[in-house]
Amino acid sequence: MGKIDTRVWLVIIAATLFVCLAYVPAIVREGDFGFAVSDVFLYESMINGLLLGGVLALLSLGLNLIFGVVDVVWICYAEIVMLGMYGIYYLHSVYGVPLPIAMPAGIMITAAIGYAVHHLVIRHLLDSAPINQLLATGGLLFFFQSVATLAFGIDFRNLGVSLGSFPLTDDIYISWSRLAAFIVAAACVAFLYLFLTRTFMGTAIRAISQDREIMTLMGAAQGRLYLISSAIGGGLAGLAACLLVLQYDVHPFVGLSFGPITFMICVLGGLGNMVGGFIAAFIFSELIALGGYHFDLEWGYVFAFVFFIAMMFVRPEGIMGRRS
Amino acid sequence: MLTLSNVDAGYGTFQALFDCTLEVNAGEAVAVIGPNGAGKTTLMRVISGLIPARGGQMDMEGRDLVATAPHRIVELGIAHVPENRRLFPRMSVEDNLRMGAFVPSARAAFSRRLEFVYDLFPRMKERRHQFAGTLSGGEQQMCAIGRALMSEPKLLLLDEPSAGLAPVIVQRIFELVRVIREQGLTVLIVEQNVQQVLRVVDRAYVLEAGSIRMSGAAEELAASDEIRRLYMGL
Repeated sequence: MGKIDTRVWLVIIAATLFVCLAYVPAIVREGDFGFAVSDVFLYESMINGLLLGGVLALLSLGLNLIFGVVDVVWICYAEIVMLGMYGIYYLHSVYGVPLPIAMPAGIMITAAIGYAVHHLVIRHLLDSAPINQLLATGGLLFFFQSVATLAFGIDFRNLGVSLGSFPLTDDIYISWSRLAAFIVAAACVAFLYLFLTRTFMGTAIRAISQDREIMTLMGAAQGRLYLISSAIGGGLAGLAACLLVLQYDVHPFVGLSFGPITFMICVLGGLGNMVGGFIAAFIFSELIALGGYHFDLEWGYVFAFVFFIAMMFVRPEGIMGRRS
Repeated sequence: MLTLSNVDAGYGTFQALFDCTLEVNAGEAVAVIGPNGAGKTTLMRVISGLIPARGGQMDMEGRDLVATAPHRIVELGIAHVPENRRLFPRMSVEDNLRMGAFVPSARAAFSRRLEFVYDLFPRMKERRHQFAGTLSGGEQQMCAIGRALMSEPKLLLLDEPSAGLAPVIVQRIFELVRVIREQGLTVLIVEQNVQQVLRVVDRAYVLEAGSIRMSGAAEELAASDEIRRLYMGL
């Protein structure tokens, strides 16, 4: 009961914060309650925050999956997304491969990178101190950035595809690429949930994240499950790359604009807890969107990070985390 | 069925087992008894491959266990019910049992095995959708034994099945050992509850400070003054 009560309180606190952040600045600025609640731009920001949350949720899901199973945090996860974005960009814009083929190919590339990262690096560090594992995946981050800089240069590249936008109401316009990103991310989250709960392999992946030693007793080769999870995690990075490449320019450091935030979402949700990460993704995206609306875009990130630091004091194990 | 000769094992620089020789014949129930820290759990872990043997030979029905990869040992017919049960706490009872049938042969026979386990433990069927972590201690032990039985083993390794359970439940767990034997399984059981375990096994080994100190028929050991004084407080 104690645990449930804490969670209920957290929801109430989060909802209050949300309402304050959404309405109070506008009411203070305008001095008028009625205007604030009918402010269409505010609602547009909220919707955009929700749409951004879908992609962040997808990213945090991949990172959480790998962490939950292998127990290693891939600091370089967003850089795999960056490589996926380059893959799709080159296939489509340089080699003229149509997007419906370039995108699955991008997912295959990042799944292979995920497989390789585990096979070539992580596998040899499973018994090392956690700090060494972090340093190794952190090193991969710089490695991937440098490789991308050498291979592709530091130019910002754009797919040059615009899906346009459509009016939701007379005043609120929604970008198709953002909506598509949200829908695909949500579908993928649902699909992954079904995979993990309804299939034998998915159940085995959940089991190994709860007790890795015992799965050996059951007859599971740990290495194989680790490789499968790493490849799925890599593939999810590729899927995120498909969605992000439609909205953002590609450059070797693009990972930095969502890597740290993905990592914080996972920690806020409780590392390895996919449901927690899912919820945290939307908390972060709304904080960013609303902060950005009321002040400047950068302020949105400031609010998100301050909220994160404050939560680390209040609940260091994360929203859905278990105290160990 | 299972033979260990001169097995050494340990963790890091610490050696936990010295020169252990032990045999379990098909159809037998054998206990390993001894004080805390004698190496009983280590012995079980060496057999199921969770820690490597540093010396000596182990074989199961003529197959070399030392040379078998840890995750392949269950395929030889050895199922290990670990100390503290070690269920997957945030998974349903049925998913726990499903993982017990991980090896391909058992996966193919999953529904038949599941029916077998549910017949043996009707309580598990009632609780099949419940998270294993929410079961009572006795039910968790049943679930852990059920999970081990899912792989259709020939030899069941039971590590301290009575630990942490109320006396009434302990009775029931030892009763289960009897039931499992009736199913034709061979049992190797590690216990601190010496008095009770000697009632359900045929033979026992006494492990002290990592070495086998004595062995004999269960009634003999139960009657021995030394065992009674050291382990039964009589």
